[in-house]
Amino acid sequence: MSWAIRTEGLGKSFTLHLQGGTRIPVLEGIELDVAPGECVALAGPSGAGKSTLMRLLYGNYGAGAGRILIRHRGAEVDLAAADARLVREVRRETLGYVSQFLRVIPRVPTLDIVAEPLTARGVAPEQARARAGELLAGLNLPSRLHGLPPATFSGGEQQRVNLARGFAPGYPVLLLDEPTASLDAGNRAVVIGLIAAAKAAGTAVIGIFHDTEVRDQVADRLFEVQPMPVAA
Amino acid sequence: MTALLEATGLSLRFGTVPALDDVSLEVFPGEVVAIVGESGSGKTTLLRVLSGMMRPEAGAVRYRDPEGSVHVVHEMGEAAMRRLHRTDWGFVHQNPRDGLRMRVSAGGNIGERLMAVGARHYGSIRAEAAEWLRRVEIDPARIDGMPALFSGGMQQRLQIARTLVTRPRLVFMDEPTGGLDVSVQARLLDMIRALVADLGLAVVIVTHDIAAARLLAHRLLVMRQGQVVEQGLTDRVLDDPQHEYTQLLVASVLAA
Repeated sequence: MSWAIRTEGLGKSFTLHLQGGTRIPVLEGIELDVAPGECVALAGPSGAGKSTLMRLLYGNYGAGAGRILIRHRGAEVDLAAADARLVREVRRETLGYVSQFLRVIPRVPTLDIVAEPLTARGVAPEQARARAGELLAGLNLPSRLHGLPPATFSGGEQQRVNLARGFAPGYPVLLLDEPTASLDAGNRAVVIGLIAAAKAAGTAVIGIFHDTEVRDQVADRLFEVQPMPVAA
Repeated sequence: MTALLEATGLSLRFGTVPALDDVSLEVFPGEVVAIVGESGSGKTTLLRVLSGMMRPEAGAVRYRDPEGSVHVVHEMGEAAMRRLHRTDWGFVHQNPRDGLRMRVSAGGNIGERLMAVGARHYGSIRAEAAEWLRRVEIDPARIDGMPALFSGGMQQRLQIARTLVTRPRLVFMDEPTGGLDVSVQARLLDMIRALVADLGLAVVIVTHDIAAARLLAHRLLVMRQGQVVEQGLTDRVLDDPQHEYTQLLVASVLAA
């Protein structure tokens, strides 16, 4: 089966200029293929570089070596070499990312935060808001909260806003970083359902799931991220 | 050229101090580009050169007009330049007094820009001015009020309304939240963010506020001593800074 996203020899190290130029290698030679409709869970001990790999895939870390190929508009794009405008286009249409934390925009109501990735893709505002409202309701966020900015929401509520935003457009490739970390059992089940539905619709999912119960239910396989040997 | 604005090899010295040292930059339609750096890094000079207000010693700035013709900005005549600044371009100054006419009413400040592009019907000019006051969250009942009696935040919002009323495609902003209280800054930034997205504006914004740049900009240029030391996607430059100076800049921001 063909891949939706694939890495070839992907590597990353950080050079800390403020700490005398210390170089910290984090990832090397990562070869990962994920097919449409498949969910791969990143595994490995804390500090192995799972979150770093997610950020490389989304592009908020720059790749140090290798390629990140993604199928975008029917063609292969190397995200590791793409310019800022192309990365933005891929993020708008093809690649979604649900991080653990919601980056709150002051004063923007929850409903508009969730609808925004839809309107950015050209969905009419009323239609986008209707879809956003459905997703938020499905995640048990009461409708009286939809008109408020999420700044004052609890951690679990903010995470659900973030999830609704990430799942709203139906991206072909979706990255999930601890999507159920601060959720109760009921909402965890909703998220498992959303992931299953996305997979059924052909989305390739890459996730970090510390909750093994969730992981066992959604992941088709594990991808082990090995910690780099510490230099002497 | 598909870019709206393209600068190549811009250099300029003030005495022996390099204010701009071989700076190149492209701005595409609908793209928000932030220029960050400390005072004296050359970012305001760059904005002034890009917008044709200052002439570089070397290099060129090219601009594509709505019909697709490309013009070399510093070879345009003064009249053509003035027309450009009234129509397809806008400039938001740090100090609203530099961009407003303080002895003209709020509605007059907005209407004047419309009349400069040919609007003649008093009723429709006034209606559009009122509509723009509402968009920038100023009570339209203050349409006949003098900007001198407005708060700093209101003056800045009025300057933005005056600038955007003619629907420019490219807007230059020089520290637009500069002299304002923090709470007023947040409101203004969010308003700018919404307007820019609604109108599909291309913006070149100079700021020393990293958080503002993250909120507004698609792309970031980091300047130091007249040079662009790093540039790219905003979240990549801020989350994974490569240059020593960018790392210092990012590490120096207090997380709220």
